[in-house]
Order: sequence, then structure tokens, then C-alpha cells
Amino acid sequence: MGMKTDKKLIVNGKRLDGRKPNEMREIEMKIGVIPNANGSAQVRFGKTVAIAGVYGPRALFPKHRQKADTAIIRCRYNMAPFSVDDRAYPGPSRRSIEISKVTRLALEPSLFLEEYPEAVVDVYIEILQADGSTRVTGINAASLALADAGVPMRDLIVAVSGGKIDDTIVLDLCGKEDNYSEADVPIAFMPRKKIITLLQMDGQLTSKEIKTIIKEQIKAGEKIYEKQKEALNKKYGK
Amino acid sequence: MEEVREIVIPGELLGDAKEKRAGYGTFIEDGKIISKFLGLPKDSNDYLSVIPLSGVYIPRKEDKVIGFITDVEKAGWLVDINSPWQAFLPLSEGVDEFIDFKRTDISQFFDAGDVIYAQVGDTKRGDVQLTMRTPVARKLKGGVTIKITPSKVPRLIGKEGSMINTVKEKTGTIIRVGQNGVVWVSGEKIEKAIKAIKMIDEKAHIIGLTDEITKLLSD
Repeated sequence: MGMKTDKKLIVNGKRLDGRKPNEMREIEMKIGVIPNANGSAQVRFGKTVAIAGVYGPRALFPKHRQKADTAIIRCRYNMAPFSVDDRAYPGPSRRSIEISKVTRLALEPSLFLEEYPEAVVDVYIEILQADGSTRVTGINAASLALADAGVPMRDLIVAVSGGKIDDTIVLDLCGKEDNYSEADVPIAFMPRKKIITLLQMDGQLTSKEIKTIIKEQIKAGEKIYEKQKEALNKKYGK
Repeated sequence: MEEVREIVIPGELLGDAKEKRAGYGTFIEDGKIISKFLGLPKDSNDYLSVIPLSGVYIPRKEDKVIGFITDVEKAGWLVDINSPWQAFLPLSEGVDEFIDFKRTDISQFFDAGDVIYAQVGDTKRGDVQLTMRTPVARKLKGGVTIKITPSKVPRLIGKEGSMINTVKEKTGTIIRVGQNGVVWVSGEKIEKAIKAIKMIDEKAHIIGLTDEITKLLSD
């Protein structure tokens, strides 16, 4: 978002990487990639790769952060220094702190945290390779890692990014499209009841446009949900 | 390819709440029973339940667990029971005779690093009490402890102890299994027994596991 270009991003109805406007990139999901974590997953959307590890529920210290009636969830989104073209300065930044928070809020409604009073569930998301839509890739990985860790959940969380480039509604933006887009809308939702847990918008859209984007995203999310199911079943040899 | 059991994922529909009751690992939403875990569905006559394939141990009253003493307090011991909460073994529950803790150093009974086989007493939201006042409770001396997924402990034990007895007999070991997923092994062929236990942990969802274990142990 924000940058301007004279180049057309959509030529003859095809995007920079030859996709149709509502076509997703290639998706790959792997479960159980970190042996020391309680649950872990790696998700790849095209060239964007995110790895998530879940530790816990485990004891929470310092004690004053414990909640007497429920567990809390701590979330860290981090971009590896080598994940982008110019080296990313290591450590938390304004952007990564914000994304950590929205990720936490996106995951929280799905979990039965009240079953683990005084405990904490730690979710660590590392972006190994960034090419747009990193936060939704991270949320998809975190959702699978939570299921793998055996944390009780109401539903898996599915996240899809969308936006507007060259006055066209598109799904799953890649890095370049993200930089030159007119608007950028990541959403996360629980597929069974279609409860939206994350909805952000950067840029300008009419109310009609945002409604179409959300509809398209939920439609595409069903496919991601199928992939998640497949990945979880695959770990146990099915 | 090995034959595996059916697997459900979190949020998967299991059945109608009017016909069956919601058992462990499930919840009711809009009159439907839905799974909470990634696990194996179980359909008994009254209940629909899900056995999770992973997860931490939640202490329940009267569970027998294996714990590691982490610290000696004034009138009791702090015990790590492989769960999100620390357990406490009070002096009166740990030792049979009367002890005046003002005059005695209680680390002579249990000290940090000791392994105990104890029973869970009262549990109240993050506060877990242990007791040794049960015939099977004891200090475990020597041996090796390993950790498995707590939800797979029933699979390791088998129907009326069939699985664990096979391992014990074939390897000539003494094995104690805590409900919290800690397994203590002592005896002759420890390495072989551990190999078998780890295999049961990894392949709990496979049909015909008992035969595979028997084969592994008779080699």
C-alpha cells in the first residue's frame, strides 16, 4: 500500500504472476515441524512461508500476569531478518507488535482457555520468507499448530487476504501487488459458523466493494479449510 | 500403508445432541455435538466423545501420577507432575508418622530430584494436592523415566493391562505408568521396553498395534 507505479498490475485479466483476480497462490501445509514444541505447523502461500510453534498450556510467570479463571494467550509475530529483500532489523517493530496483537485477537475466540486457569498458551509465528499476505499465512499456521498441540478449540481459523488493484477486486496479494495496491483487506474467520475474528482495511474502498471482498474471501477460505483438514489428517497417515 | 482409525478435527460435527450426550472432548452448539480436539472419535451407547491425540495433562482426583520433587518447603514438597500446574505434597500426606517440622529436616524423606508415584488428592483450579496415603504410592528408586502423550496412557496400558503386561513380560522390566504421561522403567532390557513404549505413543491410532508390539519385542 502507498507506493505508486505507472505499470499496469493487471493485463488482459491476468495478474503479475499470471493468476486470475480471484485465484489463490499454491498452498502447502505441514504439521509437526518443530519436535520440541507441543504443536507446530508450516504454511506456504506461493513464496510466503510462515512457521508457527505452540507451547503449552504451561505455567505462567510472573505470577501477577496469571488470570484466576482462565488461561491467557501470548502471541509473537516475527519476521526473520532474511525474509525480505533488504535485511529486516531483528527484534520487535511497531508493525510486528501490531500484527502480534491482531493475531492474538484472531485466535482467542476459538479457544477454550477457561479450561486452563492460571496457565498460558504461547504462540510463536516466524516469517521465513515474505511475499505479501504474511499475517494471514501466520494465522493459518498458528491455527494448525494449536490443533496439533491439543488445545481445545471451537473451530479452526482460516485467514485470507484480499484487496483492490487497478480497480479490480483480488484475493491473496503477493508482495508487489501489496506495495502498489489501492486497498488491502486481511480477514480471518471460523469456517463452521462464519464468525469473522480479524478484519482490517488499509486504503480506500466503498461499502459495496468491501462486501464483495469479504464474500469472495469466505468462498476462497473454504478451500483453505479443506487444505487444513487434509494436512491434519495426513499427520496421522490418512 | 497401515490401517488407521478415523480421525476428527476441531470443529467437526459429530452428531445430534438430542440422540446422544456430549462426552469428553466435545461441546454442544445449536443442538449439535462438536469436537474440541484433533483426535479419535468414540461412540458409546450414551455418549459421543473424542480422545485427543495430543495435549497436556489435566489433573483429576484419584489419578495416579509420577512426579518429580522440585523443591522442599517448610511443611511439604513442590512436585512437577508434567501439567500446567505445580502440585504440592503436604508433609502430613507424604509421611505416615507424626513429624514436628520445626525440629526435623524433611528433606530426609523426599529431596529435590526424587521421583515419586503418588495419587492426586484435591484439585481446585490450578491448585493440585498430592497424597502418598495409598497402598501403591512410593518413592521410585533408580530406573529411567520417559514422557509420552498423557491422552495415550490408556492405550499404553491396554484392555485390563494387556499391552503393558506384554511389554513387562517380554523385556523383564518393572514399569509404572502415571496418568500424567510419565512412565518409569526399571529392570533388564530397559532400552527395548522404552523403544516399545515410544512406538505405542507414536502409533496409538493404528489398528493392530498389539501384534506389531509383540513382533517388535520377540525379535
